[in-house]
Amino acid sequence: MDQFIEQIVTGLSIGSILLLVALGLSIIYGSMGIINLAHGEFVMLGAYAAWVFHTYLGLGLLASLVPIFLVVAAFGWVIERYVLSLLNNRPLDTILATWGVGIMLQQAVRLSVGSELRYVQLPPALSDSMDVFGISVSSYRVFLFVVSIALFGATWLLMNRTPVGMKLRAIIQDRSVAASFGINAKRVYALTFAYGAGLAGLAGALVSPLKSVSPDMGTGYVVDAFMVVVLGGVQSLAGTVASAFILGELSGGIAFLQNDTVAKAIVLLAIVVLIRFRPEGLFTARVRA
Amino acid sequence: MSISRRTLLRNTAALGAFAGAGLPHIWIKNADLAYAAGGEIKVGVLFSLTGTTAIIEESLNKATLLAIEEINAAGGIKGSKIVPIVEDPASDPATFSEKARKLVVGDKCVSVFGSYTSASRKAVLPVFERQNNLYWYPTLYEGRECSKNVIYTGAVPNQQQDEFVPWLVKKFGKKFYLIGSNYIYPKEENNYCKKLLEKLGGEVVAEEYVPLGHSEFSSVINKIRSTQPNVIFSTVVGDSVVALHRQYKAAGLDPEKMPMASLTTSENEVAAMGGEAAAGHFTSAPYFMVHKSPENEKFVEAYKKRWGADKVTHFVSEACYFQTYLFKQAVEKLATSDLTPPNIRDAVKGQSMIAPQGKVQIEPENLHTWLWPKIAQAKSNGQFEILVEAKDWLKPVPYAAYPGQSCTEKGLVEKS
Repeated sequence: MDQFIEQIVTGLSIGSILLLVALGLSIIYGSMGIINLAHGEFVMLGAYAAWVFHTYLGLGLLASLVPIFLVVAAFGWVIERYVLSLLNNRPLDTILATWGVGIMLQQAVRLSVGSELRYVQLPPALSDSMDVFGISVSSYRVFLFVVSIALFGATWLLMNRTPVGMKLRAIIQDRSVAASFGINAKRVYALTFAYGAGLAGLAGALVSPLKSVSPDMGTGYVVDAFMVVVLGGVQSLAGTVASAFILGELSGGIAFLQNDTVAKAIVLLAIVVLIRFRPEGLFTARVRA
Repeated sequence: MSISRRTLLRNTAALGAFAGAGLPHIWIKNADLAYAAGGEIKVGVLFSLTGTTAIIEESLNKATLLAIEEINAAGGIKGSKIVPIVEDPASDPATFSEKARKLVVGDKCVSVFGSYTSASRKAVLPVFERQNNLYWYPTLYEGRECSKNVIYTGAVPNQQQDEFVPWLVKKFGKKFYLIGSNYIYPKEENNYCKKLLEKLGGEVVAEEYVPLGHSEFSSVINKIRSTQPNVIFSTVVGDSVVALHRQYKAAGLDPEKMPMASLTTSENEVAAMGGEAAAGHFTSAPYFMVHKSPENEKFVEAYKKRWGADKVTHFVSEACYFQTYLFKQAVEKLATSDLTPPNIRDAVKGQSMIAPQGKVQIEPENLHTWLWPKIAQAKSNGQFEILVEAKDWLKPVPYAAYPGQSCTEKGLVEKS
């Protein structure tokens, strides 16, 4: 029984990391329809920002979270403004452009700070483990869980309870009608993309003390993030949350019973089969066309 | 059929390219003379500077270049300068093979220093065997290879495990949890480990492989908790090493009761995971940065001076460094007109030198290297403390896990 609870808690932890990484992608994909292949590189930039703040400015990870969000969001804003907004309504070109931007970011980091693995310190206050339902769990993993739920909550509020969110939802429904009501679609899009990029940066900074920091770390995360978004259903924030935890429990459980190699293969296969029969994903927000 | 201007141009260009590539072999009777032309000896340096394994291969490139610069500064080899031709194979086996061909056939390098992963070594092997050139491979690896065109200066399984596994059993107990990345190196090392454990009456509670680049170890840690091994025997590689150590530490496991015993964790990985996550765990290797010897002090000082005070040396970069000196010694034995890859191979057999780790020697039979196994424990300051040093150097046995087979000067021999 203990083992079962332990595995459930592990799944929640894996799920919360998936959610953290997928949230930014979900916003951008769901609201702007942009398949952002540079998402992994935003995650990587966040991790490197954490390293820079720590090594050169002596800032701890927790203190640097807000500046990291702002820095990566600014990157996102520039890329939206000067690359993607010029490719309006050309989805294929947009995919290619984000891919190219991703490669450029990766190489830029490699050339400027080198390709060795970098070290980001675990916040000392969270470096122990604590008791959850009688199971010993890393305090930092609990912290990640809380942060990912909080970020989801903030994002939901932003989308549904603020003027910017309302404008964005109006644009999603019909861009030209929204524009004729005086909504500046360009500005809203740029802000949305920046917000999504900032979330990705936060994710990178937050996972960096548990994992490793290298120029090509984003590649793995972008695949995970896409699996979560595709399974959850585009345009559904709640779906993203549900699918992150489903995938977390599933891959954690199979990895425990079998091993991680098998878990990866089975989870991927399950998603492919599911998409075959439910192309819109598990949870779809019904939008009146 | 009429010949259009375009096809004519294309054909002429092709003919030109063919002539450019083909003629020197036909017209220069002793093409090998070109190997030491104009007081220059060209060698290839083939380590990835971009891509996944650049993380570690960058340091191998640096150690090799350092040795070459030192040799040149001290007057070169009998007056000839070593000219390194650096190529970036981008962590991709196909590119490795292509660049190797360029270095051997195009640039006429007399030897190439390169590779970190087994996959990349296997990819370039056909090039060196077909061209009868010489490849110098510095990495510890899984053994089970017997090429006449490769000098292996890293450890093979018997050199890392013969001392290590009995020591672990004696000190911690007989229950081993084997975890590795999912490819050939960890599987072969674990094969050998299981053989040793069988002899010692040990027990393998789990043998598990995670995908390359894997970074989520919470389920693995749950399994470790439920199986309660005495030793976690790790052949996980690359950034996964960092993730595994950090998550082990965050989960509150105790290295004093259940240490990780690794064949792959070097100063390089420790720097990336931070001393607090590495502290208490063990590594077996022929070289550690803290090893006390005048040769090592010189090496570490020169390396830091050349590449930066925050840089570390480790068991693969040390091999890069000394193998370049072994190359120099072999070339010194040859007359300039005899300078060919096969002659260098024959000259390096039995060559020895005092490397940073101690005296090393190329075994004439299998072209692997006699090395000094050491067992060390990581400290929170990011360095190791050497606990056990072998009393004697150890012969390389690349087929240790396969009693019927051995690598000899005639090639692989099977006893029936």
